[in-house]
Amino acid sequence: MVQYNFKKITVVPTGKDFIDIILSRTQRRTPTQVHKGYAISRLRQFYMRKVKFTQQNFHDKLSTIIEEFPRLDDIHPFYGDLLHVLYNKDHYKLALGQINTARNLIGKIAKDYVKLLKYGDSLYRCKSLKVAALGRMCTVIKRVSPSLAYLEQIRQHMARLPSIDPNTRTILICGYPNVGKSSFINKITRADVDVQPYAFTTKSLFVGHTDYKYLRYQVIDTPGILDRPFEDRNIIEMCSITALAHLRAAVLFFLDISGSCGYSIAQQAALFHSIKSLFMNKPLIIVCNKTDLQPLEGISEEDMKLVTEMKAEAMKTVIGQGGEPTDDNSVLLTMSTLTEEGVISVKNAACERLLNQRVELKMKSKKLNDCLNRFHVAMPKPRDQKERPPCIPQAVLEAKAKKAEETAEKEKRKLERDLENENGGAGVYSASLKKHYILADDEWKEDVMPEILDGHNVYDFIDPDILMRLEELEREEEIRKKKSLLIQQHRIKKSTAESRPTVPRKFDKDKKFTTERMGRQLSTLGLDPTMAINRARSKSRGRKRERSPDRSGNDGLDSMEVDGDQQNKKLRLRSRSASRSRSKSRPPGECVQERASKTLLRRRRLLKWLRVLARRGTRMLAEERQTESFLLSNLNTCSGKRSTGKTDRQLITYAPYWTLYLKIHQGIPSFMDSYTTACGMGSCIGYAVQLQPAIVENLFID
Amino acid sequence: MRLEKCWFCSSTIYPGHGIQFVRNDAKIFRFCRSKCHKNFKMKRNPRKVKWTKAYRRLHGKDMTQDATFEFERKRNRPERYDRNVTENTLKAIKKIDKVRVDREARHHAKRMKGKKAQLQREAAKELEQSIHMVKAPAALQQEPSLTLPKLKVKVSLQQTEDNRMEE
Repeated sequence: MVQYNFKKITVVPTGKDFIDIILSRTQRRTPTQVHKGYAISRLRQFYMRKVKFTQQNFHDKLSTIIEEFPRLDDIHPFYGDLLHVLYNKDHYKLALGQINTARNLIGKIAKDYVKLLKYGDSLYRCKSLKVAALGRMCTVIKRVSPSLAYLEQIRQHMARLPSIDPNTRTILICGYPNVGKSSFINKITRADVDVQPYAFTTKSLFVGHTDYKYLRYQVIDTPGILDRPFEDRNIIEMCSITALAHLRAAVLFFLDISGSCGYSIAQQAALFHSIKSLFMNKPLIIVCNKTDLQPLEGISEEDMKLVTEMKAEAMKTVIGQGGEPTDDNSVLLTMSTLTEEGVISVKNAACERLLNQRVELKMKSKKLNDCLNRFHVAMPKPRDQKERPPCIPQAVLEAKAKKAEETAEKEKRKLERDLENENGGAGVYSASLKKHYILADDEWKEDVMPEILDGHNVYDFIDPDILMRLEELEREEEIRKKKSLLIQQHRIKKSTAESRPTVPRKFDKDKKFTTERMGRQLSTLGLDPTMAINRARSKSRGRKRERSPDRSGNDGLDSMEVDGDQQNKKLRLRSRSASRSRSKSRPPGECVQERASKTLLRRRRLLKWLRVLARRGTRMLAEERQTESFLLSNLNTCSGKRSTGKTDRQLITYAPYWTLYLKIHQGIPSFMDSYTTACGMGSCIGYAVQLQPAIVENLFID
Repeated sequence: MRLEKCWFCSSTIYPGHGIQFVRNDAKIFRFCRSKCHKNFKMKRNPRKVKWTKAYRRLHGKDMTQDATFEFERKRNRPERYDRNVTENTLKAIKKIDKVRVDREARHHAKRMKGKKAQLQREAAKELEQSIHMVKAPAALQQEPSLTLPKLKVKVSLQQTEDNRMEE
């Protein structure tokens, strides 16, 4: 017999208290000191621990709450209904559900924040994450605090519920308020229920225990029931209705004969009839109480009629049960709790009836258990010699056969282990793992393939069409080699062109060196020969004179003259050789534009100027020329930047003394002019001219 | 067994050499020797460290794009063993290597092409400019072998004319 004890539920703290408890626990149970200078992983760990600890505690406490509160579907329907009546199943479930969600939410919060904490990079950040996490968890609890308060109320109420065992022998007392139910229970049990003249003194169920025939009976006192439609009943009445509905008990319906409860017998009878459906299968006894005020015989006719009706109903139930006829005494009893007459007989009668019923029920079930031992399968006697084997369907037979085959095969098949044992055992024989390989050719099974070759992984090169690609690659290389060879040969020819005797075309009888041949050779290499052919043809000397206009212009000869022919031939030869030697030269029209340096330009400008001077007829003395040449020769050395020092002073010191002297005579401007053009710098004017003593002497002699 | 490439210098790592570092984001860094490992720990960028292959490729010192590199590719799907294919592959590897080496040499030659001419030009210039550091110009003038050929012009002094001009 499971004891329904709701006193053992732990106290549910309020929201605020809950938070305080958990946070102070975290404060006490986790390390508290942390400094900025610790390693970041240590800081993270510190704060993560706090968050996880808090979450764990919340989880634990909320889980205990959820688990300890009874689930209304799992307990006896009597208690389920009772709790529903008292607390409203939906509210109860909602409250517990909210606690559950709070628990899950807290778990999620903790998970998220731990994830964030893993990447916190400073003490402050980790700390603020932890503060945020704890704060959020506390907010969740705060939101849920009304549910917690409600559950606490329920818990307190549940703890005061009477511990009624729904399965044991029970006697239920019901009736109108103030009929004397509580006084009765006070009389027969040690219960001390409030008895007061006002209605609904008893507001909930009360349990008392009594004995009969060495058996313990629980007596349940219910609050009074009024005659109302079912929906209108209040919680207190519903308690008793629930008890009536779910407990398999003997029911004592109390009737106040005297009417001092404030309700007439008619009303009570009406109530009886309205709830008589609840008396199914229960031994029912109608008890007329307060006979000291009004004896049963003294009631009016109508009342008597009503009472007899009720009795008849009660008899029906009796007959419904055991099929045993009973006497009136057992169904309708009178008593007076005040004078205590008839109380004990009522109790006895009730207990007796209940006991009988229970025993009968038990007997019926026990019989079944006993019979099971005595089952036996009866074999029919064979009436003729015909074989009638059991019928097994074909599919079943086939399946059985296949299975038998498989087992046989398994036993026959040689295991790798056996093979190993045969060949010398574990250390000696190593199984060939490649035995079951599926390859295109079975001979390749035991091949050992190299994985590394020349610093490459062979697996990286494997390709079914590697040969094709390799061929392309090689072809490319070949072409390149041939090309380079040709270029080399050409260069050699070019470099030795002047010393090598050339074969003039008239002696090239075989015509080995034609442009077509060249074109053909180039095209075999894969190059386009048209440009080369054109170039070759343009270079070569044509038969007709129109081809070479400039040469005819220079000659000034007629085309018909023999001499001219000879000349032309010579010229042709010469020009061809010239053309050959000039094979590197560019077409005649273009002017050469080299990467001319500044100094070269200056040099050219200077030379031009010299030529101009020469033509003008200025008396350029040899010395002057020498100086110019000296200047020109030293052009590169004089101009340009120096790494250290100034560029100014260098030139003059090296000029021969007489040149300067001459210059001074002839007028400095010319010297200066040429000098400036030579150097390109206007800074020579400011030079500190260092004159050698010889110069000075010469200067001042004349 | 696989030959890996060093993350820093891109040289091959043979089995039994080097260090492998696995970072928290599960990226694996392999190093061929402690030199590369220490450079990595110093957070140096291999593209800026002169002796690494990454630098050389980036700055065009070594060949970057070529058909021979296409042959070597990490394949994630294992192929079924075929003896003929393997034979061909092994032969091909050698040939591909040769081709690749040739091409690298050509690349290098192309890169160094104008070097000789440039060196000669520089040498000539230096000789012209700095010959005075070896021998004094006066000495150079006296000994013809030590100078560069210069234009020699015959000089005759005409003193009387000058005197007249002075007056």
